[in-house]
Amino acid sequence: MGKPIVEVHDLTVSYDKKPVLWDIDFELPSGQLIGIIGPNGAGKSTLLKTIMGLVEPNSGFVKTWGEKIESFKKRIAYVPQRESVDWDFPASVLDIAVMGRYSHKGVFARINNDDRDKAFESLKKVRMHDFSNRQISQLSGGQQQRTFLARALTQDADLYLMDEPFAGVDITTEKEIISLLKELVSKGKTIVVVHHDLQTVNDYFDHILMINTALVAEGPTSEVFNETNLKDTYQGKVSFLNTIGDVIKEQNFPVRKG
Amino acid sequence: MDLQDITTFFSFSNHSLNVVILGTVLLGITTAVVGCFSFLQKRALIGDAISHSILPGVCVGFMLSGSKNPVYLISFSVLSGLLSVYFMDFIKRKSKLKNDTALAVTLTFFFGVGLMLLSVIQNSGNAAQSGVDQFLFGQAAAMLESDLIIYGTVCLITLSIVIIFFKAFSLVSFDVNFGKSIGLPVRLYQFLLTTITVIAVAVGIQTVGVVLMAAMLITPASGARFWTNNMRKMVLIAGVFGGLSGVFGAFISFILPNMPTGPWVIVCLSALTTISILFAPNRGILYGIKTKKNWNDKLNKENILKAFYHIGEPEQDFEKSLSQNDVIFKRYFTSKQLSRGLKQLKKENKLTEINGKWTLTLSGLKEGKRLAKIHRLWEIYLTKYLNIAPDHVHDDAESIEHVITPELEKELEKMLGYPEKDPHEKEIPYE
Amino acid sequence: MDAFVILFTVILLASANGVLGTYLVLRKSVMIGDAISHAVLPGLIIGFLISGSKNSFPMLISAAISGVLTTLLIQYLNRKSNLPKDASIGFVFTTLFAIGIIMVSVYADNIDIDADCVLHGELGFIALEQNLMIGGMELFPLSSLNALVTLIIVLLFTILFKRQLFVTTFDPQYANAIGMNPIKWDNALMALTSLVTVVSFEAVGAILVIAFLVLPVAAAYLLTTKLKNMMILSVVFSMLACVIGYYLSQALNTSISSAIVTSMGVLFCLSFIFVLLNKRRVTYEGS
Repeated sequence: MGKPIVEVHDLTVSYDKKPVLWDIDFELPSGQLIGIIGPNGAGKSTLLKTIMGLVEPNSGFVKTWGEKIESFKKRIAYVPQRESVDWDFPASVLDIAVMGRYSHKGVFARINNDDRDKAFESLKKVRMHDFSNRQISQLSGGQQQRTFLARALTQDADLYLMDEPFAGVDITTEKEIISLLKELVSKGKTIVVVHHDLQTVNDYFDHILMINTALVAEGPTSEVFNETNLKDTYQGKVSFLNTIGDVIKEQNFPVRKG
Repeated sequence: MDLQDITTFFSFSNHSLNVVILGTVLLGITTAVVGCFSFLQKRALIGDAISHSILPGVCVGFMLSGSKNPVYLISFSVLSGLLSVYFMDFIKRKSKLKNDTALAVTLTFFFGVGLMLLSVIQNSGNAAQSGVDQFLFGQAAAMLESDLIIYGTVCLITLSIVIIFFKAFSLVSFDVNFGKSIGLPVRLYQFLLTTITVIAVAVGIQTVGVVLMAAMLITPASGARFWTNNMRKMVLIAGVFGGLSGVFGAFISFILPNMPTGPWVIVCLSALTTISILFAPNRGILYGIKTKKNWNDKLNKENILKAFYHIGEPEQDFEKSLSQNDVIFKRYFTSKQLSRGLKQLKKENKLTEINGKWTLTLSGLKEGKRLAKIHRLWEIYLTKYLNIAPDHVHDDAESIEHVITPELEKELEKMLGYPEKDPHEKEIPYE
Repeated sequence: MDAFVILFTVILLASANGVLGTYLVLRKSVMIGDAISHAVLPGLIIGFLISGSKNSFPMLISAAISGVLTTLLIQYLNRKSNLPKDASIGFVFTTLFAIGIIMVSVYADNIDIDADCVLHGELGFIALEQNLMIGGMELFPLSSLNALVTLIIVLLFTILFKRQLFVTTFDPQYANAIGMNPIKWDNALMALTSLVTVVSFEAVGAILVIAFLVLPVAAAYLLTTKLKNMMILSVVFSMLACVIGYYLSQALNTSISSAIVTSMGVLFCLSFIFVLLNKRRVTYEGS
């Protein structure tokens, strides 16, 4: 039983001085399609960002493959929310897909045809290869998402972290992407998705995390995705936590544990 | 400059000097007040764009009137300013250019045109033109009584508009969507606010000139923000900052007539704002440092009391006299932390000391007991409600026990149903 | 000959600004660039007072340093005190610029910079400068050399680090995720901006430096959707405006730099109108 692909230990993270993640503790199984669900503002995006090393926690730590994330950033593909980017940037679909090769290159190394070929292969997998020269400002939401996915595929990572990949995406694209993700999982990849649509949780995910500031439940979907846990997640026993969070913010309490 | 200059200035006996003082004070107050709204809308830099964009208007007004006629200058300045705001919005609406770019494009284009017109004027040899380049950095000393009447009136009208529409302007600055949802004519108010901002800028350049004008809007508001959350108070404080800086500017223009006043007014405003940023209670930077220190002290003292309680708990004997080493044996403190905390607790009558040994007082015992109680209650909350493993909750409780207020404490014990033991089978000490 | 030297220098500067400006526009850092171009004034003057001459290395260094310090100060204010970003920018640069103007007035005797020069620069006087002598050959004035070196630095930086600039501009979160540090690249660009603005400052004045960074770039951005083309077009527009502006200024007897900026503005408006008309045409064809 090797090191877990992601280990999160007693993680407390604040946003704007108020804790949005509280003592989160879990280990992710590898080779599965894992969903993170919870109400808005529950800290799901923040969790992804903290795993990725984009955000500093107040306490606790994240380990990937048993080590700090810096050692493994290459093996982790992060797919941010679509709105986090300005799509008016003058670039083509292929340019974005090729970005996936950047983590494999040295500081001064140039992008060559080999890189472009690999990127093009990824575009084929998401059926965007006909659009490879299209300007990204002309893409629909679903096409943008597929381009982001192509970038992640080009990176050839082992772990994928995706932040709300299905927000504002048409149903056909969503179905295509999910089947692609399942295919990746069958090849041994691990995929973590912050998801917003409860209707599709059972179909999509093998394993889920239910989060509302605290970790309400975690485990195989069939075991954990039930009425009780849903109620706890969305109608929170965690409102008291929220109250304390407000006091912490208001009084500038230095949240620092262990 | 000598003492006599200072007394002359503050005796307010010199009429033309009084004109300058009154003018700069009014202008300072007006721009500061109006600037508060731009600041709150996070459109601080639009004041920068408007003030640069006013220059072509000033020049056209001058060229058409052949003199520094204030009516012409103000009117064309306002036109130029409003045109620039419309230009900016148009660019943003009709193209992919974003706010930052639209601002900069407008600012530079209008200002470039203005400078070009200015150099035409300067090279035309018109005798009156020497006044016009004062619009770049301001020259308050050049204000005449006839100017004052016009600028002063404009200021008073502007301030009146702010007072009348104060609530509406505040709403439009804070929460536009709410205003829309309750059916307010939001766009009208925004237009009005923009217009008086442009007007304030158009008259304000008398003191500081076009280039530094943005500061007259942004800086006092920035400084005032640190003192209060209340809109009225903020506007008042900003106005005071603006007025004071106006006086300072007038003073400088009196004793150093060859210097432009603008930079001096800005320096004064910036000094006031810097003091605010550093020293304001609740929001100032130094205050933040002090708060941190206070928390550290509080945490330290409470941890000490808790240690005392834990030492006495097994035998329920809380009257033991303990040495520093006894305490450290129970819970680690650096000797510096411990000495400091013990001294502070003695002052607060939570501990007494005899010959280097320390004992809990009644109030100290009460507090130590309370902390132990909260710690255990919180551990129950974490294990029961958040499903956190019992061996993971101690560190969390060590931290959070210090921030739970008596009200939260009541809520917590009620929610948990007044449990008797914590996850580690320790008893929970109720009063 | 005079005209040639002036134009040569200005074209070099315009090119450096066009390339750098492309990144500033795309990163939405133009107003910060504007702030820096103003905030370097005190640093410039200190450098001048130390070294005793314009066009000196200490002057450029102290200005570049003050540029980076300005950025750091703005970031510090924003983070430590919760002063909003736009207010932090406005507060810092106006303060520094005001101090600079005061220094100019106070030291007016020691330095032959005056407020007018601060604004307009001394484009016209470049031709009157001493020409650089290398190996007994008269080449060109020192400010032209500065401009050339600056352009080379900018080109080297943007070519060598094309990928890093692309990622950190388009998707800083992804950049972070693959191990890059977007903040370091931001600071590097700000340092570069300080350098470019300081060198341009001498020629076109503090106020108009920002025009060089944004107007031709915005015009180009409207017309193209490829990064490389955007840069090339920025430079072309810049050069065009420089030529038009120069002759305009001679004809109307105005300062050279303001005429150039006005020309740039007009070019921008023309691009904008072109885009609007095309949009309408596309709509008609579609329906």
